[in-house]
Amino acid sequence: MTSSMPHYNRIAVFGGIYSNHLALAAAIEDARSRGVDGIMCLGDLGAFGPNPDKVFPLLRANDVSVVKGNYDDSVAKALDDCQCGYTDPRDNHFARLSYQYTLSRTALENRTWMGDLPEALRFRLGDLEALACHGSPRRMNEFLWESSTPTHFLDKLATDVEADVVLGTHTGLHWWRQWGDAKSFVNVGVLGRPANDGRTNVWYALIEAEGRRLAVDFIPVHYDHEALANEMRDEELPEQFVETILTGWWTTCLEILPGKERAVGRF
Amino acid sequence: MSQIAHVGAPPEVPLRALDQLWFQVSGTVCNLRCRHCFISCSPVNHSFWFLTRDEVATALEDSIRLGVKEYYFTGGEPFMNRDMIDILEDTLAIGPATVLTNATLLPERTVSALAELAAGSPYTLELRVSVDGVNAQMNDSIRGEGTFDRALGAIGRLAAAGFLPIITAMQSWKDHETDPILDDFRALLRTVGYERARLKILPPLRIGAEAERSRGYNATERVTSEMMLEYPADLLLCSSARLVTNAGVWVCPILLDYPSGRLGDTLDEAVAAPARLSEQACHTCWVNGAICSNMPGFGAEWS
Repeated sequence: MTSSMPHYNRIAVFGGIYSNHLALAAAIEDARSRGVDGIMCLGDLGAFGPNPDKVFPLLRANDVSVVKGNYDDSVAKALDDCQCGYTDPRDNHFARLSYQYTLSRTALENRTWMGDLPEALRFRLGDLEALACHGSPRRMNEFLWESSTPTHFLDKLATDVEADVVLGTHTGLHWWRQWGDAKSFVNVGVLGRPANDGRTNVWYALIEAEGRRLAVDFIPVHYDHEALANEMRDEELPEQFVETILTGWWTTCLEILPGKERAVGRF
Repeated sequence: MSQIAHVGAPPEVPLRALDQLWFQVSGTVCNLRCRHCFISCSPVNHSFWFLTRDEVATALEDSIRLGVKEYYFTGGEPFMNRDMIDILEDTLAIGPATVLTNATLLPERTVSALAELAAGSPYTLELRVSVDGVNAQMNDSIRGEGTFDRALGAIGRLAAAGFLPIITAMQSWKDHETDPILDDFRALLRTVGYERARLKILPPLRIGAEAERSRGYNATERVTSEMMLEYPADLLLCSSARLVTNAGVWVCPILLDYPSGRLGDTLDEAVAAPARLSEQACHTCWVNGAICSNMPGFGAEWS
């Protein structure tokens, strides 16, 4: 079962590019400089940022393995919304603006490409079996926050898909947890917007395995965020989005945050 | 799309995964007599009794094996249970907890104890506070005299202690009035120092006391098998939750007064049994989704 799987020892994994092509380029360059033997993106290529088509050439040219996110699924199928499940009217307003912009600016060729992306990747990390997905192994748009995800729940998810290591994204906040006999979950974070911590950098996960021992480092990615902000303004994207890029604080889509995560943000 | 069993009417919904474990932690005992309470809780409604710390602990142990994701505590008024702080301590050791409270029994010492628990756990502790109007007249006509001021005072104490309580209101107004009322809620909450209000509006459940206050369900407000054919069943709480009481395990917190809602003596029995959408209150969830959860259901396919 495992012989045909790709095998890595040191990988860079990121999620949620949200059209931030400048952070993507910086992250790829950083990962290459660290001698990774694989680069993965866990989906949500568009949203939030400007000019979504700029992301695709970077992914293809750098041989990035990509998993489909809910945003990619929506844009590929031209669904009515991004499947984030907001109920707050303000969050829905901004989600709709972002989605309509991204859908209208993504070339058909790229939409088709996203539609063909796999929903999960299986591979070996050292001697560990790994599964990479967007939200959770069972649902593309499931939020796995650090403060609302029990370890026994993660264990069930990992056991159900027969994986030692599960990688996901979707929430926008990076974290990881280990338990039992070398079981791990890593939320690899996103490149698209800062981690609601008042810092303008974004994050990816550098994951290294030696035998069954896993090490995870979250790498801050500093990029020309002011150039991105200018490009967003040129595209007449909401100033609230630009503010997040320039300040590091989330201004929209806050209702999905558990209290513990939301309390450490500004809004 | 989920598998829906069609055994005539009513339709059945199997449990997909036990994501939410609910506890009827104070039974039907409440210090208030709210006129919209769908299970008519009051100081003298002893239909269901308090859960002990040991009873909750046993269910928590089972929940680890079953892979539960979230824990919810409701009543009645949960803080009438004298073991509530200890129960939350046990829960927060293994996962996130949400308490649905009227906030009239949250003096400073209780808020401090809750803040200490929250700070000591990696998991989130959510307080869902019921306030049913933006002024005393609107709220107290439903929840009882003086409850508006008492709840607001507690919200202020919770905010000062670092909590971001989820303020929950049953919609007792017309749809077009919602936006201005939400704005009024935000302004109101700022007056007690709660700047980043989280608001949750619930539809009325036309059973229990609420059926007397407004109206009961119409004959057509019932879920049929045909209505479930193209319906994403994971929008419904009963596809992912069960409720532990002192008298067995129920399908959800809403159907407590209905024998059809009881799914077994034990959690394992209730997990194996499908939900039956036989009651008219099920129609409200069919229309609105998993209204009891902090976050609504998503309706997406599970791979």
